Amino acid sequence: MIGFRTLFYKEVLRFWKVATQTITAPVMTAMLYLLIFGHVLEEHVQVFPGVRYTAFLIPGLIMMSVLQNAFANTSSSLIQSKITGNLVFVLLPPLSHWDLFGAYVLASVVRGLAVGAGVFVITVWFADLHFAAPAWIAVFALVGAGMLGTLGLIAGIWAEKFDQLAAFQNFIIVPATFLSGVFYSIHSLPPFWQAVSRFNPFFYMIDGFRYGFFGQSDIDPVTSLVIVSAFFVAVAALAIHMLKRGYKLRH
Amino acid sequence: MSAIQITDVEKSYKALRALGGVSLAVEEGEFFGLLGPNGAGKTTLISIIAGLNKADAGTVKIHGYDVERDYREARKRLGVVPQELVFDPFFTVRETLRMQSGYFGLKNNDAWIDEVMHHLDLTVKADANMRALSGGMKRRVLVAQALVHKPPVIVLDEPTAGVDVELRQTLWKFISRLNREGHTIVLTTHYLEEAQALCNRIAMLKSGKVVALDATKALIRRIAGAQLTVRLVQGVLPEKLLPLVSHVDDMNRKTEFTLRVNDYAEVEPILATLREAGAVIDDMHLQQADLEDVFIQIMEGEK
Repeated sequence: MIGFRTLFYKEVLRFWKVATQTITAPVMTAMLYLLIFGHVLEEHVQVFPGVRYTAFLIPGLIMMSVLQNAFANTSSSLIQSKITGNLVFVLLPPLSHWDLFGAYVLASVVRGLAVGAGVFVITVWFADLHFAAPAWIAVFALVGAGMLGTLGLIAGIWAEKFDQLAAFQNFIIVPATFLSGVFYSIHSLPPFWQAVSRFNPFFYMIDGFRYGFFGQSDIDPVTSLVIVSAFFVAVAALAIHMLKRGYKLRH
Repeated sequence: MSAIQITDVEKSYKALRALGGVSLAVEEGEFFGLLGPNGAGKTTLISIIAGLNKADAGTVKIHGYDVERDYREARKRLGVVPQELVFDPFFTVRETLRMQSGYFGLKNNDAWIDEVMHHLDLTVKADANMRALSGGMKRRVLVAQALVHKPPVIVLDEPTAGVDVELRQTLWKFISRLNREGHTIVLTTHYLEEAQALCNRIAMLKSGKVVALDATKALIRRIAGAQLTVRLVQGVLPEKLLPLVSHVDDMNRKTEFTLRVNDYAEVEPILATLREAGAVIDDMHLQQADLEDVFIQIMEGEK
């Protein structure tokens, strides 16, 4: 247990020591999205009746930041440790695959939630937000961050070079988050793209998270939670299997 | 029970056969040397002992615990100083050592951390960031990291490569003390005088195989004997002595021959042979063979 706690603490300390880059910068980015998209679309778009576009946008931006930063934390920590070679300090001690999985993913959840909280604090002044069902906010933030932290772990283990990791991030994670309904409701899409969106697990995370604020969503939040949890369990099982086997870590 | 029991370990990287069936045992309390040229498989073997690599076949046990099946028990008993100078740039020396203690399940380990830092002359750098340290200081931290959990078995993979004299002395003083206190030490190095001075037993590895395994003294005695070097100012070396020549050096038209002698008793007949042939000796000396001679002889013999 001490081993797990120490690794968790080390992973949190790692991003905390460079908080300008790991927390402040993504909060700033989210705010720019809000200013620009909010300004351009405020008068033209209304997704939910009675909810202004800026208010609609804010939960999506918070969740997008949570997800992207949870992914960034595990993946960047692992690839850096692998390339500089200091991953050996974690591989030599008697840490189990459960310790490694738990510590890395939990730290990424902390980073994701810290950035999400930062985005919330900055953007909350721009619109009237409601908290129709706060428990859903917490549940989707946690499960979503856990799933992206796990995906980051898988990507970090798999990637051997920075550009492989960048490919994973830029061609899978970023499109999937952008096309998940952060900026729009999928009901505004043509039927074909609506159908495609339903295969995107990120869509259910954003939709469920947003339900917590407005009590309205494209999909029933229970359904979304089941789908997101199933994805989480699947990627977690894959990650734990990789760690247990020592895939690309112990040759 | 052996501190390290290696049985029939094989390892290949694609076409390259790094280890071809290595078996050896390191007993508790030994100071054991693992020698061999670059690419002999020393680091691969250490990586398998440390659980960083997996053997294709065979087993490694630390104090009876299999490094794969009982990896937690095995790793608790093992401290490894890796060859590469790696560090985590986010942390200070003290943070690094505290975290390494935590990974091994230890809380409140500061008293021992302070002692290790003291013995490795790291105390003044305790709160310096790892990035700010010189190469030698980083090496000391690597050694300290391997010792935070007081492992009964300590493996050092070329700890003195590119390291100044002061650190070598500091390091060997401390490691020898740990050895006297009962820790088993396994060392790889290219500095054979170091191995000769420190190790009670030595294994030599070549192309992934053990080519020699014996007590250091026995190894030196068994194989190399002594070397007689004679510099001739006049005359040539008699044909009879040619089979003994291990080295010829031409300098200032005086030729220096190094001859292998197995026993001091062989020296007199050699000198008599030279005298009879009319050779005049300008200079001569007799040198006891050392580990380097043994090493070269064994490695060449294996070609």
